Amino acid sequence: MEELLSLAVRAIFVENMALAFFLGMCTFLAVSKKIATAIGLGISVIVVQSITVPANNLILTYLLAPGALSWAGFPDVDLTFLGLISYIGVIAAMVQILEMILDKYFPPLYNALGVFLPLITVNCAILGGSLFMVERDYNLAESTVYGLSSGFGWALAITAMAGVREKLKYSDIPDGLQGLGITFISAGLMAMAFMSFSGVNL
Amino acid sequence: MGLRSFFDRVEPHFEKGGKYEKWFPIYEMVESFLYTPKTVTTAAPHARSYIDMKRIMTYVVIATVPCILFGLYNTGLQTNLAIAEHGASGWRAAIIEGLGIGFNANNPLANMLHGLLYFLPIYIVTLVAGGAWEVLFATIRRHEVNEGFLVTSMLYTLILPATTPLWQVALGISFGVVIGKEVFGGTGKNFLNPALVGRAFLYFAYPAYMSGDSVWTPVDGFSGATALAITASDGPAALPEYGITWMDAFIGTIQGCLGETSTIACLIGLAFLLVTKIANYRMVVGCLLGMIAFSSLLNWIGSDTNPAFATPWYWHLVIGGYAFGLVFMVTEPVSGSHTNIGRYIYGALIGFMVVMIRVINPAFPEGMMLAILFGNVFAPLIDYFVVQANIRRRARRHA
Repeated sequence: MEELLSLAVRAIFVENMALAFFLGMCTFLAVSKKIATAIGLGISVIVVQSITVPANNLILTYLLAPGALSWAGFPDVDLTFLGLISYIGVIAAMVQILEMILDKYFPPLYNALGVFLPLITVNCAILGGSLFMVERDYNLAESTVYGLSSGFGWALAITAMAGVREKLKYSDIPDGLQGLGITFISAGLMAMAFMSFSGVNL
Repeated sequence: MGLRSFFDRVEPHFEKGGKYEKWFPIYEMVESFLYTPKTVTTAAPHARSYIDMKRIMTYVVIATVPCILFGLYNTGLQTNLAIAEHGASGWRAAIIEGLGIGFNANNPLANMLHGLLYFLPIYIVTLVAGGAWEVLFATIRRHEVNEGFLVTSMLYTLILPATTPLWQVALGISFGVVIGKEVFGGTGKNFLNPALVGRAFLYFAYPAYMSGDSVWTPVDGFSGATALAITASDGPAALPEYGITWMDAFIGTIQGCLGETSTIACLIGLAFLLVTKIANYRMVVGCLLGMIAFSSLLNWIGSDTNPAFATPWYWHLVIGGYAFGLVFMVTEPVSGSHTNIGRYIYGALIGFMVVMIRVINPAFPEGMMLAILFGNVFAPLIDYFVVQANIRRRARRHA
């Protein structure tokens, strides 16, 4: 239990997907103009992440890993080369389902997210979560916690970013830097503040 | 009235169409530094207040005076004490010997002078390098050079170690002024404290000089651990063994950055800022409560492997840069929260973070700087949620 807790804290703060690994930057920069939308996208990422990482973990353990197919009578088969495409497939399917649910039950959020919802499919933070899970040999419990908390860390970062950008609306930014330029600079400065966690050993 | 009539005589040259039109921001800077600007707001709203930006900034600079004076004394004291063991060298020693003052640590005047020889070069480089950027941006972007820079440069100087190489001083203040402030449009438009951005830049770019685990007393061959490093490795109970009592840390005769060692000097500044209502007491209260609550919680939990868990709150208050940051940086109105409830939360977040970084994070012995930057990042978000909660409450009341 204690290990899972420290894994969660590490995934949220120390190894923050957006501000320590700079994953999922396209949506991080593009959908962080308003706090309400950013929260919505953050929640979608949490949902997708906490479904796909454990799902991919199950696929890896029972289908792809060397010897995983022994239950079907193929103890020597190693399908890990299919890993990447399976993870992407799972993520795409999950995003499709999420999109349909949002369209049906939360139309305002669906409209606000617009094209960025399908784009979660190619959000590097989501695929990154699954690949980190493989690389670090997480078991099912760990990958559930990791999926949830890394998604939460990303959501926290994009919400903070949106807060900063709403404040920056009142700034007087030089012409050449308006829009994405200042957003990149702000993201860098925010990452510097998040450095306060780097080095925490849990 | 000679000066005023001089300004009135040269002013037309700097106004639109005059021959020095380009240099108007510099003229404006000098004039508004010396005199109250005579421009008035032409469009509504006409809020009236006795306190304008110039007065705020000047008051903050005045509030740092106790820290500066004590910083001078303490830097000199620590250096002279170390010189007694290791001997003196360098151009500062030459000046002091030339004046015939000597390195007597018991002589306050000698200490002050020696401290001044460390403080002045850093401060001058800060003013020149940062001021050059300020004037450059003001001239090109046609905004005013603001008194805010006086505050930034003073705070930045006071949180630097006395041993910082001067080129690093210039680099740090350049980063702080340009990336921390001017790219956002100047004073009041930034979301992080510029002085801390500059300091944090140096901290991460040159960790060997800046990390805060070994001392910065500028004498060859002298080395030792700071109060924070001792706490992190051996726990607060070990501090008296190294000759640091609580009273030393409170008064400030310990090693540390130029002007942040003395808690009492910071508290004098705080009293001044609170009486003049420049600093908002809510942030201070929040930051104190957050720090006290979380450090007491850690004391209660305890730890076998990490002795720093046992650090009581009154030690957290006096060692490192906590007091200085609490007084001059947490209370900064621009980068902090703007709602009253938000200010408590903002302060408490910083108080929590500083203890977290100091105690739990082994990578950094000092946490005040990063904790404040972290608070700055979340300040707009805190405001947003406070405002939303208010909107919801009022909607319910009038439903």
